[in-house]
Formats: sequence, C-alpha cells, structure tokens
Amino acid sequence: MAAAAELTLLEKSLGLSKGNKYSAQGERQIPVLQTNNGPSLTGLTTIAAHLVKQANKEYLLGSTAEEKAIVQQWLEYRVTRVDGHSSKDDIHALLKDLNSYLEDKVYLTGYNFTLADILLYYGLHRFIILEKFIHGF
Amino acid sequence: MRLFVSEGAPGSLPVLAAARRAQGRAELLISTVGPEECVVPFLTQPKVPVLQLDNGNYLFSTSAICRYFFLLSGWEQDDLTNQWLEWEATELQPALSAALYYLVVQGKKGEDVLGPVRRALTHIDHSLSRRSCPFLAGETESLADIVLWGALYPLLQDPAYLPEELGALHSWFQTVSSQEPCQRAAETVLKQQGVLALRPYLQKQPQPSSLQGRAVSNEPEEEELATLSEEEIAMAVTAWEKGLGNLPPLRPPQNPVLPVAGERNVLITSALPYVNNVPHLGNIIGCVLSADVFARYSRLRQWNTLYLCGTDEYGTATETKAMEEGLTPQEICDKYHAIHADIYRWFNISFDIFGRTTTPQQTKITQDIFQRLFSRGFVLQDTVEQLRCEQCARFLADRFVEGVCPFCGYEEARGDQCDKCGKLINATELKKPQCKVCRSCPVVKSSQHLFLDLPKLEKRLEEWLENTLPGSDWTPNARFIIRSWLRDGLKPRCITRDLKWGTPVPLEGFEDKVFYVWFDATIGYLSITANYTDQWERWWKNPEQVSLYQFMAKDNVPFHGLVFPCSALGAEDNYTLVSHLIATEYLNYEDGKFSKSRGVGVFGDMAQDTGIPADIWRFYLLYIRPEGQDSAFSWTDMLLKNNSELLNNLGNFINRAGMFVSKFFGGYVPEMVLTSDDQRLLAHVTLELQHYHQLLEKVRIRDALRSILTISRHGNQYIQVNEPWKRIKGSEADRQRAGTVTGLAVNIAALLSVMLQPYMPTVSATIQAQLQLPPPACGILLTNFLCTLPAGHLIGTVSPLFQKLENDQIESLRQRFGGGQAKVSSKPAVGETVTATGPQQIQVLMDEVTKQGNIVRELKAQKADKNQVAAEVAKLLDLKKQLALAEGKPLETPKGKKKK
Repeated sequence: MAAAAELTLLEKSLGLSKGNKYSAQGERQIPVLQTNNGPSLTGLTTIAAHLVKQANKEYLLGSTAEEKAIVQQWLEYRVTRVDGHSSKDDIHALLKDLNSYLEDKVYLTGYNFTLADILLYYGLHRFIILEKFIHGF
Repeated sequence: MRLFVSEGAPGSLPVLAAARRAQGRAELLISTVGPEECVVPFLTQPKVPVLQLDNGNYLFSTSAICRYFFLLSGWEQDDLTNQWLEWEATELQPALSAALYYLVVQGKKGEDVLGPVRRALTHIDHSLSRRSCPFLAGETESLADIVLWGALYPLLQDPAYLPEELGALHSWFQTVSSQEPCQRAAETVLKQQGVLALRPYLQKQPQPSSLQGRAVSNEPEEEELATLSEEEIAMAVTAWEKGLGNLPPLRPPQNPVLPVAGERNVLITSALPYVNNVPHLGNIIGCVLSADVFARYSRLRQWNTLYLCGTDEYGTATETKAMEEGLTPQEICDKYHAIHADIYRWFNISFDIFGRTTTPQQTKITQDIFQRLFSRGFVLQDTVEQLRCEQCARFLADRFVEGVCPFCGYEEARGDQCDKCGKLINATELKKPQCKVCRSCPVVKSSQHLFLDLPKLEKRLEEWLENTLPGSDWTPNARFIIRSWLRDGLKPRCITRDLKWGTPVPLEGFEDKVFYVWFDATIGYLSITANYTDQWERWWKNPEQVSLYQFMAKDNVPFHGLVFPCSALGAEDNYTLVSHLIATEYLNYEDGKFSKSRGVGVFGDMAQDTGIPADIWRFYLLYIRPEGQDSAFSWTDMLLKNNSELLNNLGNFINRAGMFVSKFFGGYVPEMVLTSDDQRLLAHVTLELQHYHQLLEKVRIRDALRSILTISRHGNQYIQVNEPWKRIKGSEADRQRAGTVTGLAVNIAALLSVMLQPYMPTVSATIQAQLQLPPPACGILLTNFLCTLPAGHLIGTVSPLFQKLENDQIESLRQRFGGGQAKVSSKPAVGETVTATGPQQIQVLMDEVTKQGNIVRELKAQKADKNQVAAEVAKLLDLKKQLALAEGKPLETPKGKKKK
C-alpha cells in the first residue's frame, strides 16, 4: 500500500505523533483517511494537505495566493502525470519538462520549500533511483 | 496577468466563469492562441488555458487557475474542495475526455458516450443527495462547483447525456448553469453550437490515453476496504469451525433438468450465433462465455439450472454460402454447426444443450405462436416494395443491400440497420442502393407480406416492463436501448421474406415465403429446449417459477427485450419472459475492430492453435469483459495479466500453500490454533467472498473476478508476513505458528479453487485434485468461508498451475493475428467484400499513419532496441494496410516481411 506508506512518512516528517490508519480504495488503491470529526477524506494530496494543517504548518501550502495555487498545481501534477504514466517515453518527457522548469528555481514555488516538493520527490523517487533516467539531467 | 485561451478548448469554460471572481482585484488580459501553440516555455506539449502570473510564473492547470481566481477574491481553501478537485483531476477528467472524444471526434452517440462517465456522474449525484446540500462543498456555490460544472458542461448541456434518474445531479447542474458568469462562459466558449464547438480543438489533441488505458485495465468500481466489527469476526470464526459439517448434500444430477416447485429455477440462454460465421473472441465473451460463468456459478449455488444455446441456421446468408460451397443449405448448417460446437467444447462451455434452429420443433412452435398472433389480430398484411436484383435474379435480403443511410448519410449503411447511427432502416429507403454481391442497382418490385403489429402490442409491453424492470438485473445499456425504442414509438415490423431456407409461413397465399429471422430466431430457444425434453413447456410457459437470464451483445437487445416479448405477450400463452437481460458492450481487438475479411483478430478456431490453454483465454476475456463500457483485447495486456495476476499472484499463492503442507508437514494439513490476526483474516476473506456473491448475483462477472484475486493477494501477504518457512525451523511455539499459517493458507487455496470454478474450470479441477478437496466442497459454494481441509487431511501432489508467457511468444502471436498477414487478397468472403470507406475514417487513418511513422523514425534515430522497432514497424504497416483498404486501393505485399 504505497500511498499509505507515503502518508505515514509525511506524518513523521511533519512531527505528527499519533499515526493515522489508512485504508485503500479501488484498483488504484487511493488512500482514505477516516477522521475523528467528520467524514472520511479520500485522495493522496487531499489527505496530505489536511495533515499539514493538522501539524500547524500551513506555510507548506504556500503563503500568497500565487504560491497556494502553484503548490496545488504541482500536487495535481503529481497525482495525474507522475502517477498516471509508466511508459518510458512518458517518464522521459515528464523529467525533461521538470528539469527545464527547475532550471532557474530552488523549489517548485521558487524559493520556498512546500508540500509540492515533498510529494513530487516521493513520486519521482521510484523513477530517479533507476539510474538510467538521470542520465542527461 | 495574462490568460491564454484557445477556440474550443474545454478548459476555458471553468476558467472564464471563475475569472469573474477576480474582477477588480487584478488586471486580466485575455489572448487567444492556436491549439498547438506552446505558451508555457517549459512544457513540451501545448497546453491551454494558461495563466501567466505577474511574477512570470505559469499556471497551466485549469483547476489551479480557477483556484487562484477564488483565492484572490478572499476565499479560503478547505479539505472538501481539495478532495473534489483531486477527484476531478484523477477520476472525472480521464472518463470525460474519453466520452468527449467519442462524442465529438468519433461521432458516437448514446451509451457509447455515456458509458465511460456514468460511474463518475453517479458519484456526484450520490454525494449531493447524501449530504443534502445544494452545492458540492456546502450551502453556497464555490470553487468545486465551478470546476466540475466547467468540466461537465460540454457533455451535460445536451439533455440526452444527463440521465433522468440522477435527480440531484440534474438540479445542481441546472442551478450552476443558470448563474450569470457560467452562462457567459458557456456562450463565449460554445458559441451556441453545443458540443461541436469543441471539435476543431479536440481533433487536434492526441487521443486521450484513458481511452485505451481505461478500456484495457477495466478498473472495477470503487470499493472501500471495510473495517471489521467484532461481531463479523466472531461470525466468520463460528462458520469456519463448523467446517464440512456446514455443507448441504450435493444436488444429484438430473436428466433432463426440469423446474422444481419451491426451488430457484434458473433458465440461462446465450444469444444464438449465426451458423456460417466462425465466432471471434468478442462473440465468445459477449454471450456464450459470460453465460457459462453465470451457469456454473448458479450450479455452485445449487440452484436448479438449465443453460442452453445453439446455432441460428435459417436465412439468406446460409443459402448464399451453400451456393458458394456447392452444398445444400442443410449440409452447410451441419458442417458449421459442428465447427461451432467444437469451438465451444474447447472453451469448456457447459451447455446443457447446444442445439440448432433447423428442426421440426422450431417449425411447430413458430407456426403456433404465429397462428395465435394471427387469430388475435396482431398480424397485418400489406404490399411491400422490395428490392430485387435482376442480375442475380432474386429479391435481396436486407443485409445484401448497401447504400447511403437516409438518416445520417453514412455511406455504407446496411439494408436493415445503419452501423453509424444505429437506426433501423427499410432497405427501400436507402439512397443509392447497391446489390452487395454484384454491385448493380436493384429495382423495386412489390410483394405481399405479413407484419407484426407492434403498435397494438406496445401498451402490453410497457406494462410488462414496468413490472419487470424495477429491481431486476437488466444491464443499464439494455434499459437505455429499450427506453429509446419506446420513446421513438414502435412501428409494424415485417416478419416474412421471399426465401426458401426458413420456417414456412402457414397461411394461404404465402406458401413460397418463410418467416424472417427477426420473428423466429428468438423462438429458437424454445425449440432447442423442446428438442432436449418434451416437457419444455415447464420451462417456457412457467413465468411464476422460472427466472430467465438472457445473455447477448448489445445489438441483440431489441429482439430479446422488445420483439420476442411482444410476440409472446400477443400469443397469450403464459410464456416465460426475460427476467434479467444481460447485454455486453463491444470488445475491440488491439486498437481496432475484429475483422474476418481483413484477417484481423483472433477467431474461436484459432485460439487453440496458439498453445495458450483455454482457461487462460477464459480468464483474460473475463478479466476484460466489456461490462459497462467497450474494452479491448490486447496481447501485451494478456501477457501482463497472465504473468502478474495468474502466475505471481494466484498461482504463486496456491502453489506455496500446497508446497508448505507437502514439504513441512508430510502432506498432512497441520493443526491450526487461530490467533486474533488469523481471525481477522478469516473475516476479511469472508467479506470478500460475500462481495463476490453479491456481484455474481447481479451478473457483474468481471468485477467478481477481482474478488478472487484480492483474496489471493491477502493470502500472499499473510504468508509473507508470517514466514512459515522460517518458523518451521524454530521453537515449539514457532512450529505451531507455521502450522496454523500453512493450514489457514491451504484452506484459502481450497476456497479459491471453488470460487475460480466458473471462470477457469480446468485449473479449478487441477487445484482440487492437488489438494484432494472432498467432493461436496468442490461442488458447492456457500456464503461463508469454511474449513474444508481439516487438520490431518492428506493432500495430493502439488505442482505449478500456470506458465509464464514470454515476450517473443506474444509478439509472434501479435504478428500472426494482428492483420499483418492477410488471406484477404486471395478470396474475400461473399458479403464481406472490401469497399471504400467514408472520408472521415480515411482522414483518421492517414493521421495515424503519419503519427506512427514519426514514432518509427524517432526510434530508429535513437537506435532503439531492435524488437521494439520491429513491433512499431509492424503497427505502421498494419495501419498503412488499413488505409489502403479504406481507400479501396489494391493491397501491396509489404517488402521484407516474413510470410507465415
């Protein structure tokens, strides 16, 4: 259950002590979090943003309207593009795009580290460790 | 900031509607760019709409742009909105882009378009009605509403694609659409042309990946992994402990099978295949195989089950084929009936009867039903203008005329039905008719014919449907088709033909005519049963005691759901009518259609030459069963599913469980002392088993197969976590633990063998022989998970169940069946002569050839792997060939290609 493991990892890095339990939904194993006060939350980035708020680290979601929108854009990119494709060509194109986007930036929003960097890192990790994909980057 | 939009780009809808929120907060310039312009410097693929921010950064996600506008207006982000937007991006968009592509680019209609999005629409509707809020994220309209509205508007603005039964979705959509910003956005983007305004843009976009990806992977409906209550666990443990004692005695086999009062009597039919065509994989999964799974399941439930099918043998096509082969029609039928029977035998189809329609019983029953209809005034007589080919010296059956569709202008409409718009046609209404055999223009002659007065029966039909449909398991496509027929109003249908090979019409003046297949093919089920038992009426005139399940592909729905019920209702003889009409969508072959004439696709008689066992075919076809939407057969996917699901998941689990018993415990099932973890596993397996039952009771065959694989995954995990191979070498307590885990695992394997029986009967029997599963446990499947292999049970010899499929093996099969080598040029079959295709299709093919050509060039430039290049080249050649065929050009044998 990869998404749940990822969220547990995120909890730790956010300093959240009480570990949540996640279930998975459907063939794509979308994570579901049963919250104490209200209905369950479904989806990796939705739950991740929720955890960030729970840890009182809202700055990780961006501080200005621009930053907030950019963070959400890359979170969406993570679940639609990074998770959605697995053919060699797709991954190659994706890494190329990211590389050229990051050419003049430290983090995805520019200079501030955000949740988007964390989740994109987790998502890309499985490609990057395959050395052949880093060639040329 | 600057917003870049493009004419007809659907993303402009939500963005423009949301832009109104930011008015007065920032200056917004709007530029229109071409659909292929790369606005965002770092993205390789063009993307619109795009918002360039004042700091130079870009927002290229439609939702992020909308979100930004909302944030500017002071709105704050919340979990529920995030959840809707994530769902929109990951679930709704893939489904929606497929639907829009079908509708706008491919010109499809109805269920083809609605199919892919139905689940998503239902999800929205349920969420709205469950929360009983007027808007998605609360009492007021907000970001989620705008984003989802914008995505759905192009489709739902046509009421045909807003299903009536989704009331909450309906009123939400109306409310949001009536907001002024939304109205304006809609006018700007669609320009009152409806969805067609998107065409120029969508045509330039690559085919959505969801189209193939989804179709092939055929994901099941979302299922939440339930949390278990103590009670559920306790119940699962109790059932488990009762073990074999829980099983009722096996039902003794009967011959003939007849309904029994007070029992559940299940009558199952599979659409009768037309005798002179060899069925392809799509035909096989569409009816006989699907029905077989249900019949086998029904028997495992100990329901009193009769499963029948047979060949449909009358009609012009048989007469023509007979002329062609120099045989009599009867001889042709005998020959092909045997071919069909062989194919189904190879696929292990468990018919109780596989009969045929050319029997005296068929004549007797058809004539009886006709007489009853005639004497009750449900048959009309009229003169018919009919097409006659003077050159061939005969009246032309509908399927032997082609011409331009009077409704949609499609150039290759058949005389009975247009393949493009699906409307039924009277052959004489065709524009520019041509005799399909000699291509000369037929003349109109008049002839006396009989008509079934459907308008007079319409009311009875509607009453019957009102009583039957609610709570039944008719598939949504079948309901949709019947509803649209009734909405258009029924017309009298001609039931006679000027032919010899058919059921004679028992009426003076009609001696040289026969009944049309429309009327008598569905009566074949009755006559086939009558050939099986003289007590056939106990099945067919017994609606109180019999549940009739009829399986077919969706093109057969009108005959089974409408015409036959009308005949039967009008005959007033208490006939058993269909309780559950189970219609599949279509199965495609790789990226196209099966085509006998072009030698594309796998046909029933060839499957056995591939060296791949029948059960593997069954498994893969059922795994991709076009349930709810079209799906595609893909060689690569078949390899993947065989190697991952069968070999690594299911086979691996069952083999390991058995091997542990043999290796560590001398073949005797060890003592099991269940811990609370084991009990939870029992409960999980039980829950999944119950889910399997719920699905199969609703005939959701494909989804139920996923339950089997889920249980086996649980089992693998269980073994992996508990490591019996290590514990067996440990302390006394460790060895006991190894015993429990092995014992529980092998019992799960036994359960799986029974659940698998409807899908893979041979593999199921092999597992049961390896485990020496006691006979009652093999033949009955209860809703609880029982311990059927108690401690001390001796199992047999365990060996691997599945073989790995190798890449080269699959690649060579793909080449062989992929249309790369055609037998076409030598002798096109009559009735399937190659003809020129519409210009639109040619354009599509040309584009594909160009695209594929680029892929090949790129690969060669990159010096890619040889096999990969060869595979892409093969695809290219195939496309070129399809194009040549579509353009009506003669075929060239591609140079340098191996002959097979």
